[in-house]
Order: sequence, then structure tokens, then C-alpha cells
Amino acid sequence: MLPLRPGVGFKPQHFQDLVTDPGPVGWVEVHAENYMGAGGRPLAQLRELATHFPVSVHGVGLSLGGNDPLDPDHLLRLKRLCDALPAASFSEHLAWSTHGDIWMNALLPLPYDSQTLSQVASHIDQTQTFLGRKLLLENPASYLTFAESTWDEVDFLTELVRRTGCGLLLDVNNVMVSSVNLQFDAGDYLTRFPLAFVEEIHVAGHEQELDDQGVSVLIDTHSAPVADAVWRLVADVVRRAGPKPILIEWDNDVPDWPVMAAEAGHAARLLAAG
Amino acid sequence: MTQDSFADAVFQAGKIADHPRLSVYANGVTKSLISVLEAGFPVIRQLVGSAFFAEMALIFVRSHPPKSRMMMLYSTEFAVFLQDFPPVATLPYLPDMARLEQALRESYHAADALPMDPDALSGMTETHRLHFAPSLRIVRSTWPILAVWRAHVGGIAPNGPADVVILRPGFDPAPHALPIGGATLLEALLSGATLGHALSISPPELDLAAVLTLLLNEKALIGLSQ
Repeated sequence: MLPLRPGVGFKPQHFQDLVTDPGPVGWVEVHAENYMGAGGRPLAQLRELATHFPVSVHGVGLSLGGNDPLDPDHLLRLKRLCDALPAASFSEHLAWSTHGDIWMNALLPLPYDSQTLSQVASHIDQTQTFLGRKLLLENPASYLTFAESTWDEVDFLTELVRRTGCGLLLDVNNVMVSSVNLQFDAGDYLTRFPLAFVEEIHVAGHEQELDDQGVSVLIDTHSAPVADAVWRLVADVVRRAGPKPILIEWDNDVPDWPVMAAEAGHAARLLAAG
Repeated sequence: MTQDSFADAVFQAGKIADHPRLSVYANGVTKSLISVLEAGFPVIRQLVGSAFFAEMALIFVRSHPPKSRMMMLYSTEFAVFLQDFPPVATLPYLPDMARLEQALRESYHAADALPMDPDALSGMTETHRLHFAPSLRIVRSTWPILAVWRAHVGGIAPNGPADVVILRPGFDPAPHALPIGGATLLEALLSGATLGHALSISPPELDLAAVLTLLLNEKALIGLSQ
């Protein structure tokens, strides 16, 4: 379990600040795949960080929604990393990223139908059993829907929790991005979201672009400050569900530490206000 | 739409017509892979310019999509691709530069190792085998790649062609020029040859003391065995 405080996605350039004066930051999250090398500075820094903070391991490489079987080598690398720290939490995505022997390096969307449901549930079961720990499943940022879908996303996630006992990682920026792109009401989505199973919240910045037909689309870029509208949604979630660990994700055009610390401070005030 | 057709659409230019938003995902895949190459081959990027690099990288990621999730090592195939990519035929040293940059990344992520006590070297004979830090890499070249690399990254290097050895005394790998015959000697030792055998296949002008001093100074020797 993570502390009910703000956390930040760890970037090596923030290492010194984090270990000397973390401000409101109470935990850190790392992308698992960046720490699967044999040694060197990344693992040394991570070992030291783990002496200061609870570390959340956030996977982007498992391809839980892929048609292919889970990669046993990748599962083993994940287990070694989670056990060595040991990880305070482990999370992954409702997405697919591998196709045959090709790694797409992106989180790709799934149709919400009964076949996908069984497949993802079975992959979550396999992962939780192999790792010997609970998986928190993150809701995706979506840009399209599938004609094949017969389930609503919130119902789909809720059913996965029911079938597998996994927890949820609620990415509020993803909800915002999807709600604009797919034209649904973010507040309604969050009202129906099973907050009791949410063990972590993500916030991040997004950017606006135009799609191939010139229609405005929000892109989940993790390259900007958290939008005010996203903070308002988070505040509402915290009012209803109580404090949760809130992670600031900033992966591209990463700012200097004071900007990250200020975003974490925003989350801290929001948690304190309840 | 199936994952098969989705994947086909991503890696085949001009196939993204089915849905106006499919291109958001397709661009996400190719952009993320291009950034991996940009981060991994900064000197190649400086040499050809960032706009040209991005175009070249797009062609590469479509023809050589990753077969591993370990993005820290994408991609060993880039050097081979550069060898046969006509637009860069006028820069014949690019493939070796790509091998150098790839070797630097491999060295950065290689396992840690404790260096040996330099005093133990005094008992070394020709029947000994030498053991090296896993972060050591050799890049052979007939081009002055180290001088070109230094010109872009900083520092000075001898002019003229030289084989390069990458050594990582702490966490930062650095390339060094090898004296004549040094690469032959080290490759033999790395494959498990005794010192005597490695010397017997090295050219007579090899300066063994210079190579050993470099390896000791940079903490790349980790042990001896009979």
C-alpha cells in the first residue's frame, strides 16, 4: 500500500532533490521497464531511492490485453524488480502493446466485449499469481471506440475487479482526455467508478491537437502541468472517497524540480482539504 | 477491428484510413520509437541533423520494429540499417558511430563489478586468463570515430583511425582509443584465451603495458585465473 500522500514519477534529473528535500512528496513511482537492465546507475539510484521512499512499480510492458500469451521472461523480470525493492505497489494498464514478436511501445486500445474480458481477466490472474501480489489496473486514455464493444468501460473495469480481485489505478487525466475525445461526461464516469477499489490516482498534463478530419482531440502527453479541470475532478473524488495516494506523472518536457514539487504541493493541499 | 489489422496499419505508411483517430495511436507508436532512437544515438542525430534523423528513424522503425520490450537497447540493427541506407552513403563512418553509441548504452546498463586489486597483477604469467568488467565493450573501426564523437560530445581525442574500448569505472561509460593491436588482444582475452595465447596472435608493436594500465586505471579488470 502507498501512503495517502502525493507521489511523483521518478526522473533521474530529480534524484538529488528527492533524496535531500522532497517537500510534500511521500513516495515515488518508476516505469518497470527502465529498471530491467543488469546494473549501472539506474538500478543504483533506484536502490537508494527505495531507502528513502515507498516505491510503486508501474509496468508499461506486460500487454495484459494482447491476444498473445504473457511473456514469461518479462513476468520474471517484473517479479525480480518488485521483490528486490520490495515494491510498495504494482500497477499495469488495460491495453495491449505486443503483436506476435513485435513490441509497439505504446498502450493500444481494446474492444470491451466478453472475449476481451475473459482474456484480460486470465492475464491479470496469471500476473497476480506469478508475482504473488495484487495488480492495480489503470483505465486508459482513449481516442476511439470499437463497434464491437458491448460493455461500458466502468462496468468492464468493475467486472475485472470482481473476477480477479485486482485493484484499480484511477487516472483522472485519462478520464478527462477520453471524455473529450469520446464525448461523454467525466463527472458521470467518476460517479459510477468503483472508488472503493481505487488504491492510487494518477494526474498528468495533456495537450490539444487536431485529428485527421480537423476535429479537436486531447492527447495524453504527460508533458504539461495538470489541467485545472483535472484537479477539480480529483478534488471531487477525494471528497467522496477520502484521501488516496496521488501521483504526478510528467514524462516529456520534464520540468525542473521546483515545478514538480509545486504540483505535488497542489495534490497535498487537495488531500488535506478532503 | 482486430489487433492484426491495427498492427498492420501502424507499421505501413498510408494504411491509416479506416478511422480518423487511428492515426493518433499510429503516431504514438512511431513517435515513441523515434524518441528512443533520438535518445540512443545523439551523435548520429547531430551528424545528419534532427529533421533528417527523424525521417530516417521513421523509415527504420517501420522496417525494423522492436522485437524486445527492452527499449534501453533499441536497436542493434540501426548500424546495419545505416550501412545500406543510400541517403547516408556519403557518410561511410556512420555505421561505426552507431555501433559506438549502441555500445555506450550497453555499457551503461551492464552489470556492476568490483575491480581487482592492482597488486595482484604482479603475479600474472602467460598462463593466466584475465576477467573483465561486464561493462567493457570494444568497437573496431577504420574511421576516426572517437575523434568525431569527441568533437560532438566534448573533450579531445587523437586524430586518425583507432579501435575504441568503452570502460565504465563508475556509472559513466567513456570511450578510449586503443593502441595498435589492443582490440585483437582484448577480443582474444574476452573469449577466454590465456594471456600467452592472446599475445601470440597480437601484432608485435602492441604495447601491453599501455593497455593494462588503461584497464587498471578505469577499473575494468576484475580478476585473474589460471
